[in-house]
This record gives sequence, C-alpha cells and structure tokens, in this order.
Amino acid sequence: MIEYVNHRSNPGIDPTLHLWGWEIPVYLFVGGLVAGLMILSGYHILRQQWDDERTRGHYVTAPLLSLALLTVGMVALFLDLGNKFYVWRLYLTFEVTSPMSWGSWILLLVYPVLVASALLTLPESLPRLARTFPILGRTARALSARPGFAHATGFGNIVLGVLLGIYTGVLLSTLAARPLWNSALLGPLFLLSGLSTGAALLHLLSHLHPRPDRDDGAFTDAVISAMVHWLRPPDATGQGQRKLEHADNSFLTVELVLIALYLIGLLSSAAAHQQAVGLLFSGPWAWTFWIGVIGLGILLPLALQFMQAERWIRSTIVPALLVLAGGFLLRVIIVYAGQESHWFMAAQ
Amino acid sequence: MRHAMVIDTRLCVGCMNCVVACKTENDVPDGFCRDWITETVRGAFPHVRLEIRSERCNHCANPPCVYCCPTGASHQTEGGIVAVSKEKCIGCKACMAACPYDARFPHPDGYASKCTFCSHRVAVGDDPACVSVCPTHCMHFGDLDDPSSEVSRLLVSRAHYTLLPEAGTRPHLFFLT
Ligand code: SF4
Ligand code: SF4
Repeated sequence: MIEYVNHRSNPGIDPTLHLWGWEIPVYLFVGGLVAGLMILSGYHILRQQWDDERTRGHYVTAPLLSLALLTVGMVALFLDLGNKFYVWRLYLTFEVTSPMSWGSWILLLVYPVLVASALLTLPESLPRLARTFPILGRTARALSARPGFAHATGFGNIVLGVLLGIYTGVLLSTLAARPLWNSALLGPLFLLSGLSTGAALLHLLSHLHPRPDRDDGAFTDAVISAMVHWLRPPDATGQGQRKLEHADNSFLTVELVLIALYLIGLLSSAAAHQQAVGLLFSGPWAWTFWIGVIGLGILLPLALQFMQAERWIRSTIVPALLVLAGGFLLRVIIVYAGQESHWFMAAQ
Repeated sequence: MRHAMVIDTRLCVGCMNCVVACKTENDVPDGFCRDWITETVRGAFPHVRLEIRSERCNHCANPPCVYCCPTGASHQTEGGIVAVSKEKCIGCKACMAACPYDARFPHPDGYASKCTFCSHRVAVGDDPACVSVCPTHCMHFGDLDDPSSEVSRLLVSRAHYTLLPEAGTRPHLFFLT
C-alpha cells in the first residue's frame, strides 16, 4: 500500500489544477469557429475569381461574423489574464517555443485580413452602411476591382484560418505536465472541429429567412443582411445548404477519426497517459464526452445531415445546433479534464 | 555555476520550519506556499516505511514552464535558477499548467509566483531561507559544477533520486535516500 499526503493547498492548484475556467473553452471554441469560417469563406473568396456569382452569397458576411465572434473570444481570453494591464507585453517579444506567443501574433494578423475581407464584400453585406459612408463603398469597390487583392485576401483567410485552428490545440499539447493534452493530434482535432462548427454556423444562418424587402435603418440592415446573404445565395434553391451539409459531414467524419486516433494514441502510451485518458472512460467527464460530444455532437448530426442531404427528411437547424454544442463541449471537457490529468497519478 | 539543492529524506522530520521560513522571507501571500512537505507511507503495519520530503520548484534544467511563457517573463538565470519577472508576466497561467510538479501558483496580484531559491540571498553568498533554518540540517545548497562543493560530494557518495524524472524536466532538487 502507498499513501501519499501533500501538505500544500495552493488555491487554483490543489488538489488538482483548476486555474482555467469558462473563459478558455469559450475562446478555444470561438477561435476554432472563426478558423472554420475563415477557411470556408477564404475558399469562396478564391473561387469567386473563377466562378463568379454562384457562391457569392456564401462568403460575403463570414468576415463580419468572424470579426464579431473573434472579438468575443478575445474578451474572454482577456478576462482570464491575471495581470490584464500587462497584456501589451505579448507584443514586445516573440517566444519561438511558446504556442501562446505564436497565437498572439497570429491573432494580430487575423484581424487585418478579416477587415480586408469585410471591406471587400461590404457593398453586399452591409449595403446601407456602404451608402451612408460613401468612402467605405468606394474603398470596397476600389479593392474588389483588383483581382490580386481578392486573391491575396482569400489565401490569407485560408492560411491564417488553418494556423488559428491548429495553434489552440498545439498550445495545450505542449503543456508537458498534463498527459491528457500531450498528443500532437489535438491541433488537427481542434482544426477539424472548428471547420465542422464553422460549416454548422453557416448552415444554421441559412435557415433564417428574413423578408427580402425589409429596409429598417442601419443596425437592422447590418444584422439582417449579415444573415440574408448566407441564407439566400443567388440561386436560392437550397443548393448551398446541401453543399454545407456535405461539407459538414466530411469534417465530422474526419473529426471522428482523429478522436479515435487521439484516444488510441494515449491508450497505447506511458502509464501517465493511460491514466489520463481514463478520465474520458470513467468518472464525471466520461458520459459528457461519449453522450454529449460523440453521440449528440457528432454521430447524430452526421446521420441527420446525411438524411437531409439525401432529401429523405426536411432540412432543419437541429444538426447545426448539435454540432455547435458538441464543438463547445469538446473544448470544455478537454480543458477541464486535461487540467485534472497529472503525472503524479501514475507515479504514486 | 549550477545551483542545486540536496535534501536528505532520512533526516527530514516534516517540522515545516522551511515552509514558515520561506513565507516570512519572501512575503508569500496568505493561503499560498512556495515550498511544502509531502509524506509517502509504503507498506502495511508493521512493515512500513515513511518518507518525508521538503519540496519546491525543481529549477529544472529543461523547464517546460519557461518554454511555454509567451512574454519571456519566465526565464532561466545564470546559475540555472528559474525565475519570473513579475513586471513582464501577464498572468496567462500557461506556466502553471506546464509544471509537472505544480510548483507555481497565481499570486493574488495576478502574476505567476514560485520558489526563487532565494536568489536575493544567494547573490550575497547566503543559503536560501529554508536551508538555513532547517533544524535537522537535512538540506544543502550549492554549486553542482564545483566537484568539491557539499552538494556535489553528497551526490557522489549517497543514493538519490529526483521527482518524476520520466517527465524529462531534469530537476535540480535531489533527494537522498
Ligand atoms: S519545477 Fe516546475 S516551475 Fe520549477 S522549473 Fe521545473 S517545471 Fe518550472
Ligand atoms: S503566467 Fe506569467 S510567467 Fe507564466 S507563462 Fe504566463 S506570462 Fe509567463
């Protein structure tokens, strides 16, 4: 028998680490979502060069939506900092071994690219705003007249989206002390989860049909047209929705494979990792993980979207909501259970 | 110069003088500690073995807490002491999540805090506060690069171990058995 007593009870640290609360899963989720939106809209911005009008409606509002969401994520991240007024310190240095440092610089690049993408599509996404401030409309037209600019913006969205989606997972996986996080698959897993939630959000928005003739002031204009364009692609036959359902299902399938590989990787690793992954097989996190993330967050929407895309059932917002909730739950469980995992559990 | 601490688990009685000395010397906030005592009991009565250890930051030679710090606040100083510059620390807590020994804690003022090996005392040639107050003299502090130092000689002559060597951090706290 071995009995281990530790006379330390530092708040936030003992009995197991519980330093990161809701702010971090919220940021990881929103960061992934924005990464997914950026990749999807970047793809559409690029495609528009070759295949104009068909997919236009699909990308015009994603940059604006991403800007708003990312700002929410950044606020959450900021709230988590202990020394908030020193946050500018992040930008006085670049620490090559710290994914958090990489992340802060990536975020600094993401904003201008999103602003550029939003400007590019402003006359369509916020027509009234573009009319009220002619300078904005003029800038937007001048920018979109240059194919090179649109091309660069599309590429920028894709590259930065991939970086943003991956780095959050890499950040956790490099924190050596938490065996549940020590898997290089966490980066790709978060990226794929970001893509699936991104596609789900677009799909969700495509179900909201505001009256097309509505014109009530700048704010509603902004909100409504932000939605309209996702929803009502020029060929509003549901073709766009079907594409999103297919895309989302591909992402969910790859995500499922990555989760399986992640679990297998940890299960076949050292004792500390086997014990850590045990947190996902028994105890309070297990049922949330298997029922919430795997069952309701991946398998059910996969089946529903398959049936919708095959036109066996009517298209609803249910799978999109499930995917979004599942993506958030995945971050919550990884962050909380990961903090509980420890080398000491195996060593004692 | 490579600072290290050698702690004799055969002498430590768990009196916690080191804990109190550290709190006083370093003005550690209420409810927190930079060093602490652990007890491990192995076996069943009457065949039992009790081991008591005074633990703190291991001032690892391969410190994950330093590598993950986004601002460079966590760093290694000359002599291998792992330190935090509180005026650079944003309180992101990555270093605390990265330390396999949970040796760091969030100071109520927002920055990351932990054992400094009493670098302010070491700079003027004194031992860290915990070492200097230990009534059983179970702790030794010195330079590993100097083969004639007390710590080097103890490590040559006595069996010892480090905590969680499998985590790959190369700790510089050695426990004599
Ligand atoms: S014990 Fe922890 S805080 Fe100290 S140097 Fe090692 S990893 Fe860093
Ligand atoms: S809490 Fe401070 S010392 Fe620790 S990683 Fe963050 S900035 Fe660096």
